[in-house]
Amino acid sequence: MHAIEKILAKAAGKAAVTTGEIVNCKVDMAGINDLYLQTLRSFFEMGGKKVHDPNKLVVFLDHYAPASTIMQADNQKQFREFCWEQGIDLLMDVDQGVCHQVMVDKGLVYPGQVLVITDSHTTIHGAFGAFGTGVGATDLAIIMVTGQLWFRIPEIIRIHLDGTLPHGVFAKDVILKVIGALGADYGVYRGVEFTGPVLKQLSVSERMALCNMTTELGAKTAYIQPDEITLEFLQGKVKHEYEVFITDPGYQYAAEHTFDVTGMTPQIAAPHSVDNVAPVAKYAGIPVNQAFLGTCTGGRAEDLAIAAKILQGKKINPRTRFIVVPASKAVLLEAMENGTMKTLVEAGATFVTPGCAACLGTHEGMLAAGEVCITASSRNFPGRMGSNKANIYLGSPAAVAAAALTGKIVDPTEYLK
Amino acid sequence: MQQILKGKAFVYGPNIDTDQIYPGRFLDLTDPDQVGKHAMEGADPNFVKEVQPGDLIVASTNFGCGSSREHAAVTLKAAGVGAILADSYGRIFYRNAINLGVPLIVCPGVSQQVKRGDSLSVDLTTGTVTNETSGVSLQAQPLSDYVMNILASGGIKPLIKQQYGQA
Repeated sequence: MHAIEKILAKAAGKAAVTTGEIVNCKVDMAGINDLYLQTLRSFFEMGGKKVHDPNKLVVFLDHYAPASTIMQADNQKQFREFCWEQGIDLLMDVDQGVCHQVMVDKGLVYPGQVLVITDSHTTIHGAFGAFGTGVGATDLAIIMVTGQLWFRIPEIIRIHLDGTLPHGVFAKDVILKVIGALGADYGVYRGVEFTGPVLKQLSVSERMALCNMTTELGAKTAYIQPDEITLEFLQGKVKHEYEVFITDPGYQYAAEHTFDVTGMTPQIAAPHSVDNVAPVAKYAGIPVNQAFLGTCTGGRAEDLAIAAKILQGKKINPRTRFIVVPASKAVLLEAMENGTMKTLVEAGATFVTPGCAACLGTHEGMLAAGEVCITASSRNFPGRMGSNKANIYLGSPAAVAAAALTGKIVDPTEYLK
Repeated sequence: MQQILKGKAFVYGPNIDTDQIYPGRFLDLTDPDQVGKHAMEGADPNFVKEVQPGDLIVASTNFGCGSSREHAAVTLKAAGVGAILADSYGRIFYRNAINLGVPLIVCPGVSQQVKRGDSLSVDLTTGTVTNETSGVSLQAQPLSDYVMNILASGGIKPLIKQQYGQA
């Protein structure tokens, strides 16, 4: 069995599972985001009175942090009251940040965990050898009532990353290259495992970016075998006991793909699809109205630090605005303490509340018709960040910072020397 | 549950994401009638003006990819969509729609055989899809027993309520 299968088998109370089998799994932790008041509605519609286990639920007020309309405020109010009534202590209020980063910062994610959140990018937790998957409101409400959810055991695809990552090329570039090659629906219903020597060159933050973006392949979950980099990161952070599962030798993957990153250049996904990917040179020179750095994909401390390296002692282009969204409170604090925030603000950055901000097209950096944005976030769908007549390009945090500096899409490697 | 569905088709291409089905700026709405007013707004602003109860959405691959928002399934149901036929679906959208009792039918190549406004009939039991305007018939993948059970119960909520509902 694959490690993912072993995780699901254990959660289903079975010795073994096979691909395609439908199993009912105990869920170790379930998370609800403030966008989805429907979760509580569905809970009550299904006859729910008391949640199955308040210690296995976490509520994140992250997408609307803080509320910018009366209706958003009312939705958040209902979530807070629900947590107080139900004894849910893990209420992450508007100061905390994006659900996924908060989970990591607080030591709530661990290898072998079955983690379900009402956010599609829950695949990110594969970076820790957890089974993370996103669901809708009613599926989450089923967990609130029963403590369990059904899953189909997915086929697993192996993506082997070979070679040496060039200077100025990041995990975001690698995953964009993979998505461009395989297509936005390649991973639908399937799990994606990353292997290969490149992983040893990637920090936990970079591995998270890799796993996060497998959602844009359509994947159900992602996986990186926990190693010394993972375990060192988790040391002292995670209090919960955990088991590291290992794939059996000879496991047959549904498909295997090798990408050699040696000599790779920074990549860009152009409007309006995440698989519309080309080397940055193809789009070099396109004027940028907004450079957006942040979110669960590209808003960690390392991402902000790379931007600061590019912008140290410089000013952004006067025709470009530079929105920075730290992924979480811990990221913000780190950026304050190590001087990154000062560097970026002095360069002309606009900092907004840790959270999802304009990535979901509701507030804090919306785009007007005809505007161009380059973003370190995950999606360039039409209308994703405001007007559906805006054009969104996806790139690495370095590419975003270099665009803020120059006012146009450029190869960031020359600014990182 | 009706076994044979009939309706007029609205046809879309590949990778229609849930932001196009239901734009993010309306996510704070929770009342299904309100949510239904913005169905397909990002992909097709005329959709809500033209859609009639029982009409069908036909699409190419990966319909409903992207965000997990259940609003995307709620809005189509509230707008009166009777079923969706596509080559493939985003996996979270698939679960969301079935949970709400909206039939999602995997029918390879369907978007090539149907034009906007064509009249279709769909037999949920056999998986036969007939384009009554052109006379062409297609074979969809029959729905699994698991899914049929959810649809026949009017969605997953009544099933869970029956099994686990707290008195």
